[in-house]
Amino acid sequence: MTTVTEAPPPLAPTPQKKPPRRRGRLTPYWLLLPGILWLLLFFALPMVYQASTSVQTGSLEEGYEVTWHFATYWDAVSEYWPQFLRSVLYAGTATALCLLLGYPLAYLIAFRAGRWRNLILILVIAPFFTSFLIRTLAWKTILADGGPVVGALNSLHLLDVTSWLGITAGDRVLATPLAVVCGLTYNFLPFMILPLYTSLERIDGRLHEAAHDLYAKPFTTFRKVTFPLSMPGVVSGTLLTFIPASGDYVNADLLGSTDTRMVGNVIQGQFLRVLDYPTAAALSFILMAAILIIVTLYIRKSGTEDLV
Amino acid sequence: MHNAGQNKHVQRSIRNGGPSVTRRSLLRATTGGALTLGGAATLSACGIPAAKNTAGVDSDDHSAKEKRISFSNWTEYMDVDDSEKRHPTLDAFTKRTGIKVKYTEDINDNVEFFGKIKPQLAAGQDTGRDLICVTDWLAARLIRFGWVQKLDPSNLPHAYANLSQQFRNPDWDPGRAYSYPWTGISTVIAYNKKALDGVEVKSVSDMLDNPKLKGRVGFLSEMRDTIGMTLLDLGKDPAKFTDDDYDAAIARLQKAVDQGQIRRFTGNDYTADLTKGDLAACIAWAGDVVQLKADSPDVDFVIPDSGYMTSTDNLLVPNKARHKTNAERLIDYYYEPGPAAQLAAYINYVCPVDGVKAELAKIDEDAANNPLIIPDAAMAAKSRSFRSLSTKEETAYEEKFAKLTGA
Repeated sequence: MTTVTEAPPPLAPTPQKKPPRRRGRLTPYWLLLPGILWLLLFFALPMVYQASTSVQTGSLEEGYEVTWHFATYWDAVSEYWPQFLRSVLYAGTATALCLLLGYPLAYLIAFRAGRWRNLILILVIAPFFTSFLIRTLAWKTILADGGPVVGALNSLHLLDVTSWLGITAGDRVLATPLAVVCGLTYNFLPFMILPLYTSLERIDGRLHEAAHDLYAKPFTTFRKVTFPLSMPGVVSGTLLTFIPASGDYVNADLLGSTDTRMVGNVIQGQFLRVLDYPTAAALSFILMAAILIIVTLYIRKSGTEDLV
Repeated sequence: MHNAGQNKHVQRSIRNGGPSVTRRSLLRATTGGALTLGGAATLSACGIPAAKNTAGVDSDDHSAKEKRISFSNWTEYMDVDDSEKRHPTLDAFTKRTGIKVKYTEDINDNVEFFGKIKPQLAAGQDTGRDLICVTDWLAARLIRFGWVQKLDPSNLPHAYANLSQQFRNPDWDPGRAYSYPWTGISTVIAYNKKALDGVEVKSVSDMLDNPKLKGRVGFLSEMRDTIGMTLLDLGKDPAKFTDDDYDAAIARLQKAVDQGQIRRFTGNDYTADLTKGDLAACIAWAGDVVQLKADSPDVDFVIPDSGYMTSTDNLLVPNKARHKTNAERLIDYYYEPGPAAQLAAYINYVCPVDGVKAELAKIDEDAANNPLIIPDAAMAAKSRSFRSLSTKEETAYEEKFAKLTGA
């Protein structure tokens, strides 16, 4: 076979493509830089540190070493699953109550309050001008054993029902699960109302008129128009309520008793009193993972990815 | 979530520079990246070094040049004048010695305060505090870790001479080489007469066993107070108990928790419950009871026949404190009968200084005769203290106690 070396045909001059503008390409990242740094410093770094702590063994006196002791996680779950369950249950109940209480109020503020709108909004936020702790302690006075609330509930025999359900004990409300859930509901209610209000307020009033023109009854209008359009508010409100409520320990500490301890109390105790840092870190991670899973499932279920 | 879709977003934005970086994809990309980069190497690199200081303390005393001191204490633990802004005893100290005192009430809770100062002390750094005041078990821990400085007895003549016999030899600091008590804290049983409604409470057993008090008795979330009082009730000495004794005390309380007898394990917030009558009887700190009695006539206290617990809040000089000598002079000042009496008249806790009664009587006759402030012989004889615990014991006991207080 003879090899014929042929000069390749001269390349046709390819049209020079203008290189993309570099500056524009990097702009979003430059804009995100402060946020990313913040995230690295105050989120990623502590997470790494905590992850490391959770697989260490040792004692405060002799120091801790990373021994990849993953059994801590298993021990933490098998020891404290009731508290995890309780946290999810209390936070879930409080979130549902917040939604039930908050939705009508947000609806009222958005559509019916007229000139009172700002005043009512201020009233919703006003309790936040005092400290979280004081607001929680106030519930001890409100729900005191000899107080009017407990007296009224007793005379209506409602406490017999709740005791039978196991959420109160005898003729008192304080130091029972009911008190803790009340405290959680109260403390996180504004986090539900404000996002709900924001998304309700944005709804175009003409949509209601249109629904009316098409002979929709008020309830149908609500079901088919108002509620679906307020879903972003519902989702962000429930998340803003559920996530902090499930990690809360103040309400359980002040309004609860021995059988109402939430996982936040356990973490606090392990970290500050028992000085078992690995278990405390493992518990924090498990809580974080649990919340992440619940929230992911919830967001998928509610199908509002595009709305958030 | 739509994984593939979002990866596409990221890729597209990296290749073309379009504005399609979504918030979520970037968040995830960044965190994921950081965690992967950090990876296992970082994880294993960050162990926590031993807390114990074996290198010894290098004192760094600037007292002669800098006439000042920074003093961290609990809230409501210092006398105030009518304006509630000045502290007369501290002002007198400054006037006499020329040492300015930066007085901060930044201690609310032993465990939290320990968390606050731990990083600096573990790293061998100055905490910015020359004098701190913590409860004996934490003082014992700080001494055990070598985080506080030995005091110079030649600067403490009054303190040495006037410290009450009762407080001279705790097992965690024999002869008081590192610490001097600021106050003694008696743990007693307090009750609300109206809420008791004729039921008699004289001991921990009365609180735990009387079905009429179901759900209306409280214990403290401070392990040593609650377990100490229960051990005494079981006929054990909290200064010498064994693991089995401890377990017996836990079991005794656990039974009461299971039966719903114990309403709550409380911190300082028991005071409100007691005055309202939500708690009929509870374990309480005597200093609070003196105050509550003054405000609410229904509240009173009882010392069980089996004895009561006494602990102390102690003054300590942390490592690397810049003004150790000045701090010692301040400790010594509060062991003079005059300032000690002024302080005792205000804060209502047990005064650890001998020879104060006469001085206190000049200010407040009632306080001088109150055995909760100046213990008489009978009272002092019933006082018991909790033995010090090793780190291992402390962890094991706190763990068991944590389970008791939150099943």
